[in-house]
Amino acid sequence: MPKLTINGMEIEVEPGLTVLQACELAGIEIPRFCYHERLSVAGNCRMCLVHMERAPKPVASCAMPVGEGMVIETDTPEVRKMRKGVMEFLLINHPLDCPICDQGGECDLQDQAMGYGTDRGRYLENKRAVKDKNLGPLIKTIMTRCIHCTRCIRFATEVAGVQELGATGRGENMEVGTYVEKALTSELSGNMIDLCPVGALTSKPYAFTARPWELKKTESIDVLDAVGCNIRVDTRGAEVMRILPRINEDVNEEWISDKTRFACDGLGRQRLDQPYVRRDGKLEPATWDEAFAAIADKVKASAPKKIAAIAGDMACAESMMALKDLMTGLGTPHIDCRQDGTKLDASSRSGYLFNSTIAGIGGADALLLIGTNPRIEAPVLNARIRKRSIRGGFQVAAVGGVEEGADLTYDYEHLGADTGVLHSLSEGKHPFAKVLKKTDKAMLVIGQGALTGPDGGKVLGLARAIAESCGMVNKGAWNGFNVLHTAAARVGGLDLGFLPGRDGYDVEGMLSAAESGKLDMVYLLGADEIDMSRLGSAFVVYQGHHGDAGAHRADVVLPGAAYTEKNSTFVNTEGRVQRTHLAAFPPGEAREDWTIVRALSDVLGHTLAYNDLSEVRGRLVEANPIFLSLDEATPAAWGDFGEQGRLGGGTVGSTAIDNFYMTDPISRASATMARCTETRSGGQQDKTGTDG
Amino acid sequence: MSFIRRNIKMVLWTELVDGLALTLRYMFRKKVTINYPFERGPLSPRFRGEHALRRYANGEERCIACKLCEAICPAQAITIEAEPRDDGSRRTTRYDIDMLKCIYCGLCEEACPVDAIVEGPNFEYSTETREELMYDKDKLLANGDRWETELAERLRMDADYR
Repeated sequence: MPKLTINGMEIEVEPGLTVLQACELAGIEIPRFCYHERLSVAGNCRMCLVHMERAPKPVASCAMPVGEGMVIETDTPEVRKMRKGVMEFLLINHPLDCPICDQGGECDLQDQAMGYGTDRGRYLENKRAVKDKNLGPLIKTIMTRCIHCTRCIRFATEVAGVQELGATGRGENMEVGTYVEKALTSELSGNMIDLCPVGALTSKPYAFTARPWELKKTESIDVLDAVGCNIRVDTRGAEVMRILPRINEDVNEEWISDKTRFACDGLGRQRLDQPYVRRDGKLEPATWDEAFAAIADKVKASAPKKIAAIAGDMACAESMMALKDLMTGLGTPHIDCRQDGTKLDASSRSGYLFNSTIAGIGGADALLLIGTNPRIEAPVLNARIRKRSIRGGFQVAAVGGVEEGADLTYDYEHLGADTGVLHSLSEGKHPFAKVLKKTDKAMLVIGQGALTGPDGGKVLGLARAIAESCGMVNKGAWNGFNVLHTAAARVGGLDLGFLPGRDGYDVEGMLSAAESGKLDMVYLLGADEIDMSRLGSAFVVYQGHHGDAGAHRADVVLPGAAYTEKNSTFVNTEGRVQRTHLAAFPPGEAREDWTIVRALSDVLGHTLAYNDLSEVRGRLVEANPIFLSLDEATPAAWGDFGEQGRLGGGTVGSTAIDNFYMTDPISRASATMARCTETRSGGQQDKTGTDG
Repeated sequence: MSFIRRNIKMVLWTELVDGLALTLRYMFRKKVTINYPFERGPLSPRFRGEHALRRYANGEERCIACKLCEAICPAQAITIEAEPRDDGSRRTTRYDIDMLKCIYCGLCEEACPVDAIVEGPNFEYSTETREELMYDKDKLLANGDRWETELAERLRMDADYR
């Protein structure tokens, strides 16, 4: 442990740290532009210069490793003069266009020029001008503002894993760009906007719309995928202006995917803001009382066993709890939260969780992907796999899920998509099974694509067999069996047992029963991903926030709240219970989802026993004590799950998502996501007659 | 002694004569009142009257929607919304001033980096209804067009002191 003196203060730090990190530990702020904790050290902005004893010149503290007996000074007149000089050089070619710059108010260069710069410039010559680059529909570039910190280049290369950004030219002629004009293909590209210390890379959809000081900031959770990224929702009035990541080392570090960040404009479009009732084949605006009365009439007219409920991908735990209690009260066993038809098994909690935890990926030695493409199902989690992969000594193989040769941003072996591979893996005959056995901490990730279809239960059982035979489980605290979900609501629903009761139909059963007229009424709690044409003549109640597939088919529409508009609970794929917070109020007549179910229960004569949020949450804990431990991934005990039996040939299902940018009602309503889809598909999308 | 002096003043009406002499002197001086509105007093170039949004000589509006005036306004009288214009430049889609909230402190004028929002010399804009004093962008730009000659001259006169 080297001991060094910083500003006369003795401090002992871990070996291998840099002087800048040591200064931070000592509580001293060092200005910097190019240095970032999660990226490699570049040392090219020179802003972090400090004085080191016996050094002939000032040293860049971000690139200087600590040594025994170093004496560092960070606040001498000499250091201050150096910083002023560096700042003056940086500002030579930086345009003074702060008033029209979107970074204004949250700009590192602005802040540090205030703190460490001079109050006037001496440079009277012409400034440099650089042509702007087109990086696609998400990132707006004003390259004249670039100070060449290369954070974006390092992010693309190291974290996102796409070698698409680089610098051409040198000295004053250096330009950051893609060389050949093209849109970035990374699902994490939006993070470059946060990384850019100046306004060179800014958000295109957010351009010029708001200033940081006008925004109300609410800490929340993302629900567009099952990772449960920690986010900050910035609102102005009732409108969500942008979404930014929040640091959570256990979940998303400080990255979020482009869908999480940019789909927020979908929150303002296609919204259901009042109840609708279908009269003479047409949905007509109605009052809450009329909508409830229409439902009550239908419920009274039908036998309890002919009512079914499906919870969608973005349903919060509170609303699922309320709906489950209501359905139980009505006496129907037909409820299901697995609208994609996966054969997940709630008998053992470890059978549907990402047991290794996301942070645990960093400690794994080998990885087997089954029927999943983590790059599009959970880009932030994929970044963790890549981070582990580039450290070396980490073998990855994929069975199904991705096409051979698909880019996951790290090296992997494609074992084919044949189910026979799974059998030979579980029997230890496959060469990769030896790799898994050899390593201490092997893990497998099974995706939703592999678990759908009639054989899903068997694939799950087979995955368990692989985990057990390859020794992934029960080595101390290590559990290498992981299910990667794609829906934020799924784990919460499974935890609450929002599953068919005795003789209850699952989603597939409900659809075929509805088709043949055996179901009178189907309650869709934000479920849009099922095949609506198979609902037959059933009376459909849709409760949700967007006018998507479900609302079009519905007979009664109850307007609910989106995830930014309610205080609600979600459980991510690791089983981490996290809460969203109300950032803006739901539009018009829309209400928080659990309150709608509670109000409906009154009308139906099965009044639920809770009246406020804390009582619902009490009920959640009663249903499953896991809801008591917030923000923690509680390890689950290993148990029996999945079905036994051999698979009859065929292939492992492909990934559950075909278009990363459009997976749910919010992202489907988003214009930004539509532009991304168009860019990604090269403008080959089918256009309707009204286009252009 | 003072008793005698006071009585002499009383008898000789000296105070009355002094007063009448003052009145007489002012009768031959120049008048200080003016015949408003046909005559007007002088205004400082820093006078803070009705707001106006200025344009450049080529007709382009100056305001770039930086929102500094909105941020600094102590009465929160200014509301701005912005988005990229078709040519990609940063412009306001809405620029409202609630002249009833405004306290005429002039901070918006001082905050403006492009001299777009200014408080002009006009103070005669009283209205019959409150609604008429909710100024929008069109009204402010029209003010700017109407007063531009004077606004430019005022800024020129004050330039050395800013």
